[in-house]
Amino acid sequence: MNNRSRTTSGAAALIQKSLARRYRAERRFRWYGIAAVVFGLLCVATLFVDIIGKGHGAFRQTYLHLTIDYDRDVLGLSATAAASELALADYPALIKQALLQRFGEVSGRSARRELSGMVSSSAAYLLQDRLQANPSLLGTTETLWLLADDDVDTYIKSLRDRGGAFTGRVSEQQQLWLKALRDSKEVRLQFNWNFFTSGDSREPEQAGIGSATMGSVLTLLITLLLAFPIGVAAAVYLEEFAPKNAWTEFIEVNINNLAAVPSIIFGLLGLAILINFFHVPRSVPLIGGLVLAIMTLPTIIISSRAAIKSVPPSIREAAIGIGASPSQVVLHHVLPLAMPGMLTGAIIGMAQALGETAPLLMIGMVAFIVDIPGGFTDPATVLPVQIFLWADSPERAFVEKTSAAIMVLLAFLITMNTAAVMLRRKLERRW
Amino acid sequence: METPSLLISLIALTVLAFYIGRQRSIAQAAPLGGVRHLQSLPLYYGVRASLWCGLPAFLLLALWLIFDEPLISTVVLSSMPEHLQPHSLAERNLLINQIENLASGALSTEGVDSAVAQAAENLLRLKHIAGMLLSVATLVLALVGFIWAWWRMSPRLRARYQVELVFKGALLLCACLAILTTLGIALSVLFESLRFFQTVPFTDFITGLNWSPQTAIRADQVGGSGSFGAVPLFVGTLLISFIAMCVAVPAGLMSAIYLAEYASSTVRSVAKPVLEILAGVPTVVYGFFAALTVAPFVRDVGTGLSLSVSSESALAAGLVMGVMIIPFVSSLADDVISAVPQAMRDGSLALGATHSETIKKVIFPAALPGIVGGVLLAVSRAIGETMIVVMAAGLAARLTLNPLDAVTTVTVQIVTLLVGDQEFDSPKTLSAFALGLMLFVVTLLLNMVALKVVKRYREQYE
Repeated sequence: MNNRSRTTSGAAALIQKSLARRYRAERRFRWYGIAAVVFGLLCVATLFVDIIGKGHGAFRQTYLHLTIDYDRDVLGLSATAAASELALADYPALIKQALLQRFGEVSGRSARRELSGMVSSSAAYLLQDRLQANPSLLGTTETLWLLADDDVDTYIKSLRDRGGAFTGRVSEQQQLWLKALRDSKEVRLQFNWNFFTSGDSREPEQAGIGSATMGSVLTLLITLLLAFPIGVAAAVYLEEFAPKNAWTEFIEVNINNLAAVPSIIFGLLGLAILINFFHVPRSVPLIGGLVLAIMTLPTIIISSRAAIKSVPPSIREAAIGIGASPSQVVLHHVLPLAMPGMLTGAIIGMAQALGETAPLLMIGMVAFIVDIPGGFTDPATVLPVQIFLWADSPERAFVEKTSAAIMVLLAFLITMNTAAVMLRRKLERRW
Repeated sequence: METPSLLISLIALTVLAFYIGRQRSIAQAAPLGGVRHLQSLPLYYGVRASLWCGLPAFLLLALWLIFDEPLISTVVLSSMPEHLQPHSLAERNLLINQIENLASGALSTEGVDSAVAQAAENLLRLKHIAGMLLSVATLVLALVGFIWAWWRMSPRLRARYQVELVFKGALLLCACLAILTTLGIALSVLFESLRFFQTVPFTDFITGLNWSPQTAIRADQVGGSGSFGAVPLFVGTLLISFIAMCVAVPAGLMSAIYLAEYASSTVRSVAKPVLEILAGVPTVVYGFFAALTVAPFVRDVGTGLSLSVSSESALAAGLVMGVMIIPFVSSLADDVISAVPQAMRDGSLALGATHSETIKKVIFPAALPGIVGGVLLAVSRAIGETMIVVMAAGLAARLTLNPLDAVTTVTVQIVTLLVGDQEFDSPKTLSAFALGLMLFVVTLLLNMVALKVVKRYREQYE
């Protein structure tokens, strides 16, 4: 008796001792878990803070205030100039003249080049457009806000940085001029509409995502029109009609494997079969949409099957019971009920296609596109490829543009995914 | 007739056929005492008529549009005189291009061989004839189909059955597209790879230690002899994937365990979607992040520790790739862990095991096959990932296991070899397809094994 109680107390002591160790292990394990979750959340935060920190500046662009004198002599026009001559006039000279007037005479060729280098080369086209639209401006003066060069833009934006301004290629003389302009409030940051409407450009201050966005829209339209109906049809067949045999099994294995094939392989498929064999033109939304449709098809089939599966069998049995044919059951009852789930899957598939880059590189969608594509067979590029192209550009101003384009892309993706979640919440029925 | 207007008239005919077919069935049913004496609803008679009208015509149109161009150019070329006949594929394409530009008026006929100008005229004439023929043939086919459907129509006809047969056939066709895609991928990489292996032996490709795909353009050119030993690429790919897995597996697994077993439902409902964001971020964004933020950071840290770090280190690309794969691993692991029956948990806890002991000794072993399957899928994803490595890893093929060095991967080489102009007769371009074949085979095997393991595991607890 006595002996036994001693062993119990001994065991209890042993357990007590081991318990402390086991609880420590428990706490440690818990902390590992918390650390893993926090690490993941930190990665999300770092990614977003980094991109937004780099890219928010691109939504505003530096403009310089200049007084332009539409002088015939400077433009190189004769006294009796016809309207057609206006197209050939020397508009950059107008800007040079305005800058010289503002800062007094500048001696030396290099100094003059530095001076006129502060204004973007696109400003001359603006003057041309204004004069051609309104020839009566000739001989008058007007003050305008003109787009600044990208180096100036980067410098002006970096002035507020704590680590000191980034001068880059801006010379000391140019800094002095800019200081004079800033003191008299002749430099300002303006919302950058240009970024959303214009196409790609070698000059960062003129580059925009307009053409890439349009290219993405056209490409995704083709993808949606092909992948959604075909994906839904395949899902309906597999869920509602397919007999249980080796062929069906083979189809299912294929679909599951295709969903996990690296996206770049689909680019090889597009290049070898669609371009080289079927002679689909390269660099156009048509081929991009085809490749992305093939790529997203498995995703859409899998999510559509899940949506069809969630429709309870009682619905089908009731319809069959009152004399509907299998096709009528599907078309009248299963499909309408499964549609919210299918649409959710389609939106998620489209989001995946919108962010895809690698296969599009293979089929020539890396072209330098200035014009906004107007149709499915116009050369085009898409947003992620535009990001890839800009990320490769050496100009510092393109870092800002790239990050801003990423912000736009992420905004599209987040909107699409939120829409998918809302759709699911709103329309999905619990049976 | 132009193709768009032909298409529109075909569609109009099909719609018309539907209405006429439906009307006729109603008319046929009227003497019998109403629509209910028809075998099928009038709708199905209409659909049947429009199917007969449209389907053969559309098929003909599609086939014609695919095959008319090569056919016409072959006819045009064969009618040209002997001395102008092209000798190679490139020459042939060039000649066809020239003829087409002449025909469309983009090129002036001045100073062009009269035979070529003749061919351009020939082409225009043939195209015109072909267009006429196509319009007539499709429209006649549509009419014949419709008349056949109209003529065979009777109240006893099983129209619904026939329409549903076509409907089911169309569905089956869509489902079989998946097989067609796989076949297309396999054929496209296989054929070009076979052409590549005719110039470079397979054993040299798979065991060679030197990768420099620049081939000489002229025979007497010095340097750039081209060597296609893919081992450095395989090693680089595996190195970066290994680094990625070192990040993704512990972080993904532990966060899945924490969120599934410990976290309160509020934490779970916030943390899970936020982590899922990582899966939705496009890879090009990760590539930008890796190249501009992580790589300089890694280099600064390395320089601080007086290590020499390449500016395009494998470490930076691998780390970012790992972060990308975290949600992939964690959602797969979450599924698997949730599938372990609650009874096993209860039994372990009832015996006095702590929560973490239950997880480590009961749940984890039970979920292991599923987790292994998930990790294999993640590995296949890491191997096939392209944009991160294209933007953040190097181009030079170096045989090293040092994560601070720049390495290149299979996918990077495919992209660099195939972006821009390609000549499909040089081993340089074809080698990309050989690399693609390797990538496809390896990822396919990994996926098949992984999917099988996961499936078997699921069946175990169902």
